[in-house]
Amino acid sequence: MVMSWIFTALVGASLLAALTLGNGSALAAAVPEGAAAGVTLALSIAGSVCLWSGVGKLMEKAGFTKALSRLLHPAVCFIFPEAKEDSVLESALCGNICANILGLGNAATPMGIRAARRLHKNDTAGDSLCRLIVLNTASLQLIPTNLAAIRVSLGCSTPFDILPAVWLTGSCSVAVGLTAAFLLGRLWKT
Amino acid sequence: MTDYIVPLLLFLVCAVALGKRENSYDILLSGAGDGLKLMVKLTPTLILLLTAVTMLRASGAVELAADFLSPVFSFFGIPPETALLVLIRPISGSAALAVGAELMTRYGVDSQIGRTAAVMLGSTETTFYTVSIYFGALGIRRTRYTLPAALLADLTGFLMAALTTRLLFS
Repeated sequence: MVMSWIFTALVGASLLAALTLGNGSALAAAVPEGAAAGVTLALSIAGSVCLWSGVGKLMEKAGFTKALSRLLHPAVCFIFPEAKEDSVLESALCGNICANILGLGNAATPMGIRAARRLHKNDTAGDSLCRLIVLNTASLQLIPTNLAAIRVSLGCSTPFDILPAVWLTGSCSVAVGLTAAFLLGRLWKT
Repeated sequence: MTDYIVPLLLFLVCAVALGKRENSYDILLSGAGDGLKLMVKLTPTLILLLTAVTMLRASGAVELAADFLSPVFSFFGIPPETALLVLIRPISGSAALAVGAELMTRYGVDSQIGRTAAVMLGSTETTFYTVSIYFGALGIRRTRYTLPAALLADLTGFLMAALTTRLLFS
């Protein structure tokens, strides 16, 4: 529903701006041009998206997720104290975080929901649940493959040169989100 | 050196899977099939949103909005050209991808704006969508401080994306 409003607003705004600025012919030309650009973009990234989707699935089957889970154990227990006593919860949390790090969006959400159900008590969100959701709204992805596919399709020869910037930015964002959640959890009692 | 990361990763994943007696080729195939399903879902969004954004650009509305917003964005050190991306990123992932791709096409994929857009896309998530999926699945109404904390993380991401791009690439 939100996207319906946004789409209508975008089209309305361009109509209004074109009328005021007299850009009518450019606006008319932009309609088929934009639609064609959508198909071009989709086609040019499809190969990479499919390949990386395959690699992602293979990483999961080859045990990369399990190995990463072991590394994350201390951090997970620190952020979610409940995980110390609940091994099912712990594995769901680790699975969710690992899938996010490896960029396996399809696998991350079901495991995240499973963890959330175990943390869930009543109709109010508890502190650990809030932290889990904040963590999932921040990006932990190590290698943003779809983004790299777009950059390559637009003629970039070094699609991964932004990785240091992405990692630095992502870590800061996660750190701020979690710190804010910890602090607000102290102040904002149920 | 960085040239070898991707091919090496590809080889490593296949080799490890093979070492564990997994049928790596079949798994790759089925994963690639999943990717195709993702593309089937993603393509209509890309078409619609690129139409809207190209219209917005051609009409002159983007420049108008950028002029209008530039005091606020310049204050935070974020290029005002990325305004639409910043606004749409927490709402829809595929829409943000379309808006980001248009920015990279328009200003150049290796330009300051193009890189900032890429870092923004790579280091933030679809906040509102994620929050609604989790709370929707659990039927929770009192979400307390989740959204403010998540949006603060997004804001940090946008600020840091502009900052790191400026520091690392100019």
